[in-house]
Amino acid sequence: MENHEHEPHENHITSYTTLAKVLIGLLFLTFITVAVTGIHLGPLTVAVALIIACVKGGIVLTWFMHLKFELPVFRYMVLGVFLLFALIIIVTFFDYAFR
Amino acid sequence: MEEHRDDIGSRMGMWIFIFTELLLFGGLFLVYAIYRADYSAEFHTAAHELNAFIGALNTVILLVSSATVAMAITAVQKENKKLALILVAITLLMALFFLVNKYFEWGHKIHLGIYPGSELLTKLERGELLFFGLYYFMTGLHGFHIVVGMILLTVVFFKIKSGAINAGSFVLLENGGLYWHLVDLIWIFLFPLLYLLT
Amino acid sequence: METQNNQLNYIEDTQGRWGIFAWIFSTDHKRIGILYLISITTFFLLAALMGGLMRLELIAPGETIMDAQTYNGLFTVHGIIMIFLVVIPGLGAVFGNFFLPIMIGARDVAFPRLNLFSWWIYMAGAILAVYSQFAGDGPPDTGWTFYAPYSTESGTNVVAAVFAAFVLGFSSILTGLNFIVTIHRMRAPGMTWFKMPLFPWSLYATAWIQVLATPIVGITLMMIVAERLFQIGFFDPALGGDPILYQHLFWIYSHPAVYIMILPAMGVITEIIPTFAKKSIFGYKAIALSSVAIAAVGYFVWGHHMYTSGMSGTARWFFSFLTFIVAIPSAIKVFNWVATMYKGSIDARTPFLYAATFIFLFMIGGLTGLVLGSLATDVHVHDTSFVVAHFHYIIFGGMGFAFFAAIHYWWPKMFGKMYNERVANIAWLITFVGFNVLYFPLFVIGIQGMPRRYFDYLPEFHAGHLISTIGAFILLSGLFLMIINIYRAKKHVTPAGDNPWGGVTLEWQVPSPPPTLNFDEIPTITKSPYSFEK
Ligand SMILES: [Cu+2]
Repeated sequence: MENHEHEPHENHITSYTTLAKVLIGLLFLTFITVAVTGIHLGPLTVAVALIIACVKGGIVLTWFMHLKFELPVFRYMVLGVFLLFALIIIVTFFDYAFR
Repeated sequence: MEEHRDDIGSRMGMWIFIFTELLLFGGLFLVYAIYRADYSAEFHTAAHELNAFIGALNTVILLVSSATVAMAITAVQKENKKLALILVAITLLMALFFLVNKYFEWGHKIHLGIYPGSELLTKLERGELLFFGLYYFMTGLHGFHIVVGMILLTVVFFKIKSGAINAGSFVLLENGGLYWHLVDLIWIFLFPLLYLLT
Repeated sequence: METQNNQLNYIEDTQGRWGIFAWIFSTDHKRIGILYLISITTFFLLAALMGGLMRLELIAPGETIMDAQTYNGLFTVHGIIMIFLVVIPGLGAVFGNFFLPIMIGARDVAFPRLNLFSWWIYMAGAILAVYSQFAGDGPPDTGWTFYAPYSTESGTNVVAAVFAAFVLGFSSILTGLNFIVTIHRMRAPGMTWFKMPLFPWSLYATAWIQVLATPIVGITLMMIVAERLFQIGFFDPALGGDPILYQHLFWIYSHPAVYIMILPAMGVITEIIPTFAKKSIFGYKAIALSSVAIAAVGYFVWGHHMYTSGMSGTARWFFSFLTFIVAIPSAIKVFNWVATMYKGSIDARTPFLYAATFIFLFMIGGLTGLVLGSLATDVHVHDTSFVVAHFHYIIFGGMGFAFFAAIHYWWPKMFGKMYNERVANIAWLITFVGFNVLYFPLFVIGIQGMPRRYFDYLPEFHAGHLISTIGAFILLSGLFLMIINIYRAKKHVTPAGDNPWGGVTLEWQVPSPPPTLNFDEIPTITKSPYSFEK
């Protein structure tokens, strides 16, 4: 109907092989996270685990959730939400880190 | 009134709903972050009680189910109704496995006397108490979302079967899929934060 | 869509439903707006009456008409109803629902059934809220803020009240979601973002806050419930928890919630001023973007409610700094309104009077807000009646008077009948005077040390309280006069006409009351929304 935003390629079909590859990648990363906890990295452990989780989350968002093939505005929104959440955590720690 | 169809609008609505879910859990992650910073040693000891194997297994289950539901969209687009039904059914089965695992996991802990308000728990260190409080609250809320997702996907299953979801109109399947991926997404973060602390 | 011969307006067109069902099951955004109007007005009067009772208790020192526990229950219930049932849905649910689609040239919102569902959830939450007052172990006595440990330890009916707030939050989220998608997807052809009227702009910014802030309080309230039922200890120091963390989580939502209330109010004022100044709005883009800026920066000032809580010094100056920053976009709007009126040919009709009052009261509320936003002065007036006066100036003087402005502005469009303007102006004068007599003394006795939420006080505060109570009754009588006058408009025989004020936005180009589908043909937009030059 009355749209101004550029319509994406509405009928994009993600192939089975792409999805299978994405799944394999995610399983591999899961394996890595579990393996890494065996190595003692001290305070880095949590950082590594979170970075891997973020990568996995990014993959799920991009392919499984089709963000790659949506209008750009969808990506801006998602980015905004994650940025907002990061800022909430940082700002709250202005209190807890300096008590 | 004749309703106009706007699939992009529907998906946008679903995404915005997903944002609210992310921030719902976001509040819990914030609480987790603060208490973990305050009680990091005790969080470590408490996390020993959790079975990383079951956690990893559930991660694999959810990842596979995410892939199958994504493939179901491809199948519907390619007008392969039978495959689409099988894929959604696998997703639902996986969800059930997840819940069964969770049931045994929780059951085992409750059997050991570790549950909110239990006598054993009140004798533990404050940080450990908070860890288990968060563990039950977060996995419980996540489990609730699994159940909601299953209901949603069951509806989707029957709509594919009846032909209401087809290659020309499948936004409901897409939205059901999006919700299911959200459940997966949250677990991707819950898993390392709760199970891999040791 | 064949609409050419559809001459029925939305009030006549029951779509085959009988009586009340034509309303409570209708997915027409206009009918849903009216549903909200009726429900919100009802709850407003109920809570205003409670406010009147509290003022009566405070007319003299000592126990006057109620004991302390009743008073605690009353201010809690007054707060819960006013905040969650009246001002948060307020303008968005009533006028947003009714006018957003029309102003952007759409036939309805993006998800009409979800819209109706939001109203049903709202009613469910409302019933729960009212239930929590009468059932169980007495009305909650924690204040609407549900601070831990009050809320985790109070023996009263906290769980039901908290759950009501949760359900109402859900309704608010769904309305916000609906508006965002509507604005993104359903603007008329040619209506680019910067050709959109400014009330929709303010609703857009508001909707994002609704969507992104409400879940945080939702989960927080659930934690309170879990804490009460399972002794988890999130906020209980005895169990290792931190009550200050509750305050963080609560205000992460509840400060932005202030913007859920005030942004649409600013949007309404921005619509009214150009219409009565007969001039295009000054600084269109600045107003549009300042709504977004307020929403964005306003998200990170929550800590200014917690200066005396024991929060770290770093966090204190940070939040204080940002609080001052957020005053800038608010002031931008005020300057733009004033600049719009400058050299305009002002027609001081009823809606304009209310709009101008909004600016005046909002200024007082905003400037006293800076007293509370700076660290040193806040310590002195924290938790005094100064705070009570400040937020009533913002919420009642701001959002409330904007609501009155909106109802007087759009009533002839919504129902096709004009109210008696002379009576409306008298009611305006009474409410304006009553409002200031009620709340201004609270600033004074607040600075002198009168604490908030006390049912009793020292004799030195008597004069202030007495004046304030008198003001309350002036205000209440003004309100009743206003409502009766508006209600009696339906008796007028002559129709108000399609455009009684000479407005230029799209809603003035459709019949009054609008037809079910709003437009015979969706208009194509080529001009800015406020071009008065023909
Ligand atoms: Cu605030």
